[in-house]
Amino acid sequence: MSLLIDLEVVSGVLIVRLRGELDHHTAESLRQQMEEKILKGQVQNIILSLEHLHFMDSSGLGVILGRYKQITSRGGEMIVCSVNPLIRRLFELSGLFKIIKIRESEGEALQLLGVA
Amino acid sequence: MEKRNQMKIEFSARSENEAFARVAVASFVSKLNLTFDELEEIKTAVSEAVTNAIIHGYEEDADQFVTIAASYDDESIEIMIEDKGIGIENIDEARQPLFTTKPELERSGMGFTIMENFMDSIEILTGKQIGTRIVLKKNLVKNKAFCN
Repeated sequence: MSLLIDLEVVSGVLIVRLRGELDHHTAESLRQQMEEKILKGQVQNIILSLEHLHFMDSSGLGVILGRYKQITSRGGEMIVCSVNPLIRRLFELSGLFKIIKIRESEGEALQLLGVA
Repeated sequence: MEKRNQMKIEFSARSENEAFARVAVASFVSKLNLTFDELEEIKTAVSEAVTNAIIHGYEEDADQFVTIAASYDDESIEIMIEDKGIGIENIDEARQPLFTTKPELERSGMGFTIMENFMDSIEILTGKQIGTRIVLKKNLVKNKAFCN
């Protein structure tokens, strides 16, 4: 299984829905696709929806942290939602938990950004 | 004590084999009736070690090979991941959370921290231009059957 990436821009929010496995092999394509959208300039904030992400390792943490830095340096925010317990542990171990906002669902994340 | 069941695989140091490696190890230990979490911990730790071998050990030279040898009995699972790459310059530094020699590749520096947290023990053997061998161990709860 590899990684399916669904990207949608709603009122300046880039919603990234991941399905499958995020590791070193699949991280590069996620980085490229997200970067392309961010650099185009129509994206102020990012929501990363992990509901259907079945596997992630430290390579996933790296690419998420990279995009977090990219969007915050432009004054935006990143919210991660629908995180399973194992991925939550990775966030806790790395301290990412402390800097990135986490919400239960995409709807809650949109609400936080004042879009819903 | 029962004799340990063993397996050994060798594969190209290509990133697409990271998924193969963790699934191969998971299916090897599938007879042990591990919990979902235990199995995911093993898969994640294997993924970290194999990714390190490919990115750091071999610096993404796909002509090289990564070896995994795993074994288990009713008390423990042992997984060895080995490369014949450049070796780790400073193990203490490498084990530090968030430390990475390749920040330009967006490495998070969390590989060893995850292996240490998800497994019961880790052994690192490395030599400059010789390679790196990681031995991961998970203890099995002996009286698991009685808990059901």
